[in-house]
Amino acid sequence: MNKVIGIFTKDSFLVPLVAILLGLICGAIAMLAGGFDPILAYQSLLEKVFGDVYNFGETIRQITPLIFTGLSVAFAFRTGLFNIGAEGQLVIGMIASVYAGVVFDLPPGIHAVVALLIGGIAGGLWGAFVGWLKATRGVHEVITSIMMNWIALYFANWVLQTFLVPEGQQRSENIKDSAVLTIGWLSQMFDSARLHWGTAIALLGAVAFFVILWKTKTGFELRAVGLNPHASEYAGMNVNRNVVKAMFIGGLFAGLGGACEVLGVFHYQAVMAALPGYGFDGIAVALIGGNTPFGVVLGAILFGILTFGATGMKFGAGVPVELIRVVIASVIFFVAAHGIVRLFLKPVLNRKKKEAV
Amino acid sequence: MNHLTQENIVVEMRGITKRFPGIIANDNIQLKVKKGEIHALLGENGAGKSTLMNVLFGLYQPEEGDILINGQKVNITSPNVANELGIGMVHQHFMLVEPFTVTENIVLGKEPKKGMSIDIAKAAKDVENLSKQYGLMVDPHAKIEDISVGMQQRVEILKTLYRGAEIIIFDEPTAVLTPQEIHELIEIMHNLVKEGKTIILITHKLKEIMAVCDSVTIIRRGKTIDTLSVANTNPDELAAKMVGREVNFHVEKTEAKPKEVILSVQNVTAMGNRGVNALKGISLDVRAGEILGIAGVDGNGQSELIEVLTGLRKSQGGTIKLRDKDITNKLPREISESGLSNIPEDRHKRGLVLDFTMSENMVLETYFHKEFNKGGFLDYNAIESHAAKLIQEFDVRTPSIHTPARALSGGNQQKAIIAREVHKDPELLIAAQPTRGLDVGAIEFIHKRLVEQRDKGKAVLLVSFELDEILNVSDRIAVIYEGQIVGIVDPKQTNEQELGLMMAGSKRTQGGTSVE
Repeated sequence: MNKVIGIFTKDSFLVPLVAILLGLICGAIAMLAGGFDPILAYQSLLEKVFGDVYNFGETIRQITPLIFTGLSVAFAFRTGLFNIGAEGQLVIGMIASVYAGVVFDLPPGIHAVVALLIGGIAGGLWGAFVGWLKATRGVHEVITSIMMNWIALYFANWVLQTFLVPEGQQRSENIKDSAVLTIGWLSQMFDSARLHWGTAIALLGAVAFFVILWKTKTGFELRAVGLNPHASEYAGMNVNRNVVKAMFIGGLFAGLGGACEVLGVFHYQAVMAALPGYGFDGIAVALIGGNTPFGVVLGAILFGILTFGATGMKFGAGVPVELIRVVIASVIFFVAAHGIVRLFLKPVLNRKKKEAV
Repeated sequence: MNHLTQENIVVEMRGITKRFPGIIANDNIQLKVKKGEIHALLGENGAGKSTLMNVLFGLYQPEEGDILINGQKVNITSPNVANELGIGMVHQHFMLVEPFTVTENIVLGKEPKKGMSIDIAKAAKDVENLSKQYGLMVDPHAKIEDISVGMQQRVEILKTLYRGAEIIIFDEPTAVLTPQEIHELIEIMHNLVKEGKTIILITHKLKEIMAVCDSVTIIRRGKTIDTLSVANTNPDELAAKMVGREVNFHVEKTEAKPKEVILSVQNVTAMGNRGVNALKGISLDVRAGEILGIAGVDGNGQSELIEVLTGLRKSQGGTIKLRDKDITNKLPREISESGLSNIPEDRHKRGLVLDFTMSENMVLETYFHKEFNKGGFLDYNAIESHAAKLIQEFDVRTPSIHTPARALSGGNQQKAIIAREVHKDPELLIAAQPTRGLDVGAIEFIHKRLVEQRDKGKAVLLVSFELDEILNVSDRIAVIYEGQIVGIVDPKQTNEQELGLMMAGSKRTQGGTSVE
C-alpha cells in the first residue's frame, strides 16, 4: 500500500497532475476572457463524457488510437529517437488494413486478425524506412518522419481512389463482415457506441511495451543504443540495426492504431483532405505520460476526455470546440516547462523534504 | 595556521556544512585563503571539494556555517552575488557558446552598449587589453569552436577577469590539457598572482600542488583534515592525508615471465577521422604474462590503434591475430568473444551507459550469454547477483546495484568497468588511459589489478599519455610516433628524457619498424 501512495506522491506523478490543473486554469481564464462561464463549461464537458453510456463508450473509442500513437512516440523516444511520424504510420495502417478487409476473402476472425496484422506491419515498415534512412544515410528522423506523413496521406488517397473507391464515391466499400473488430454485444450495452477489440489490444500493447523494453534482450539493446550509442557500439551491439528495429516497433504501434480505427470503428476509409491528427496528439500523450506505458494510457485518457467532451462544452456553455485546444496546449506547455510547475509545487515539496528528514 | 594573520585573509569559510539526500558532502569545513596566494584544495574524487567551491560561488546554499570575504560576513545566494564580491570560477566543463567569438563569449551578459546595439569594437579592445595584461594571448575575434581546449580555458579565465574577479577558483583545470598547455597554464597562474589576484585550485594531482601552490587544504570525506604550507610538506605526506593511509607510488611487481605471443599486429594501416593515414604500418607483439606499455603524445595514432584492435575502425592493410585467430576487421562482438577485453579511453562515452543501473552496465557486453538470456528474455535475478558479486569483489562504492552509473564518482565508475572487463577472463586486456582523472588511491588500485592480470598469465596492453604510469607499470615500452612504433625499450634501461625524445620523433630507429 505504501508503494501505491509512493507512486502518487512521487514527483513524476505530481508534476503532470499539477500541470493539468494549471492547464485547466489557463483554459478557464481564456473562457472568462471570451465571456463564457468556465465552471459551467467544465461541468458540461464532464457531463458529456460521463452523462450517458453512449457518450462514455464513444470517449473510450476516442481514447484508443491515442494510446496506440502515444506508445509509438514513447517507444521511439525510449530508444533515443523522435518519432514525429506516428501520424503517417497510422494512416498507412488504416489503408493497408482496409485493403485487406475489402479485398481478401477469409473466414471470420482470421480475416480480422490478418487485416489487423497487415495494418500493423505496414505501419511498422513505414517507420522502419525512416530508421533505415537514418542508419544508412544519416538523415535525421524528425525531418524524414514529418515528410513521410504527407507522403502517407497522398499515397493512401491514391490507393483508395485507384483500387478501393467505387466510381463517383468519396469512400471505400465497407470491409467484409469477417474482418470487423467491433464487439457487437458490448456496443449494444453502450447504446451502439462503437466499441471494438482495439481498446483491449491497445492496453495489451502497453504491457508489451513494458515487457519488450525492460524484460527482453532486444529491449536491453534498444535502450542501451538510445541512451549511449557509442558505448553500445563498443559493447558489440549493432547500432544501425537497432535504430531500424526501434522505428519498426514504434511504427507497428501506430499502424495497429490505424488498423483498429478502420476495422473497429468506421469499417471503411474515406478519401482524406487532411491528416487525422492522432499521431500528433500522440506526441503530446507521450510527453504527458513521461514516455512510460502506464503514463501513456493515462495521458490518452485525459486527451480523449478533453477532445470528446469539448462538444459538450459547446452545447452546455456555448464555448467553441476549438477552445479545448487552448486547454490542451496549456497542459502540454506546463508539462514541458516542468520547471514552472516545480515553482508552484515548491512549498509542498519542501514540506515533504522536511518531514523526510 | 598561526602564520595567517587576520588582515590578509580574503576568503574564510567557517564550519560549512552541506547535506545532500543520503550524504553529508561538507561536514563543518574550515578554509582560510590569504590574499595573493595560490591555495590548493586537495581531496579524492567525491571528497567534497567541488561542493565547497560551489557553495563559495553561490551555486549551493550551505545548511550551516559562515563565509567571510575580506573579513565581512556575506550571504552568497547566487553566482551573480559571487561575481559582485569579486569571485570568479573556471569550471572543469567550459560554459561557452561554440559558434560565438571569444569576445562575444566574454561579454555575454555584460555587454558594453552603444545606443541600442552592442559596442563589439570596444569589447574586443577591452578583451585584448586584459589578455595582454595577463599574458593570455587570446585572439578576441576567433570563434570558440575553432580554438584549442587550452585556449578555451583561457577564455574562461578572461571571462572572470572581465567581470572584475579578484578571487579565481579553478576546478581541476589541468584534467583536459596537454603537458605543454599545463605548463602554460601554470605560467598564467603566476602572472595572475603577480597582478594581485588570489587563486583557489581544486585538484587531486600532487605534482601540480608542489609546482604552483603556496598552501594546501586537504579534505577527506567531507571533513577538513589539515592546512599546510607547501614549502613544508612533500607528496607522500599529502597523499597519506588525502587518502587516509600510506600510499605506495611505486607499483609492486615481480619480474615478468613472458610466454607465448597473444596479440600479434603486423604492418597495420588505417585512416584517421580526418581522412589521413593515422596508422602507417604498425607492428607489435604482446606476450602472455607481460604488460606492454605504449608511450606517445596524444594524437599519434593511439586511439586509432585501439579502435582497429577492438573492431570499431576498419584497417586498410596488415593483419591482427589474437592467438592463432585472425581478428582483422572483424565485428566488435566477435573480437570481444574471442578473448579481448578493453578498458576504453573515454569511460563516459564508450565505457558505460550512464543512465543504466550498475547491474545493467555490468552485463553490457555479456547480456546475451546463456547465463543471463533465457530465450530472448533477460534473467534479471542472474544479472543482479552477477553485479553484486563483481561490485563486492572490486570494491566499487555504490549505494546499490540499482543506482545509475552516472551517480558514481569517476574512480568507482572506472573500477566497475575494470571489474566487468577482467571478469570476462580475456586473453588480452587493453587498458587505455585507465587512470585518467583519478586520484592516487584509485590509481594504485587499478595498477595493482593490471599487474595481477599479468601475473595470471594474461597479456596486457597499456596505452597512456602519463610517462610515470608507463614507466612504473610496463614490462616493455613501445613508443608510438605518427602512426608507427619508433622503438621498443626496457623501462629499467630508459628514463623520461630518452622516452620524451623518442615520443617527439627525434630518436627514430631506421625504417621506423619495431626493434626488440
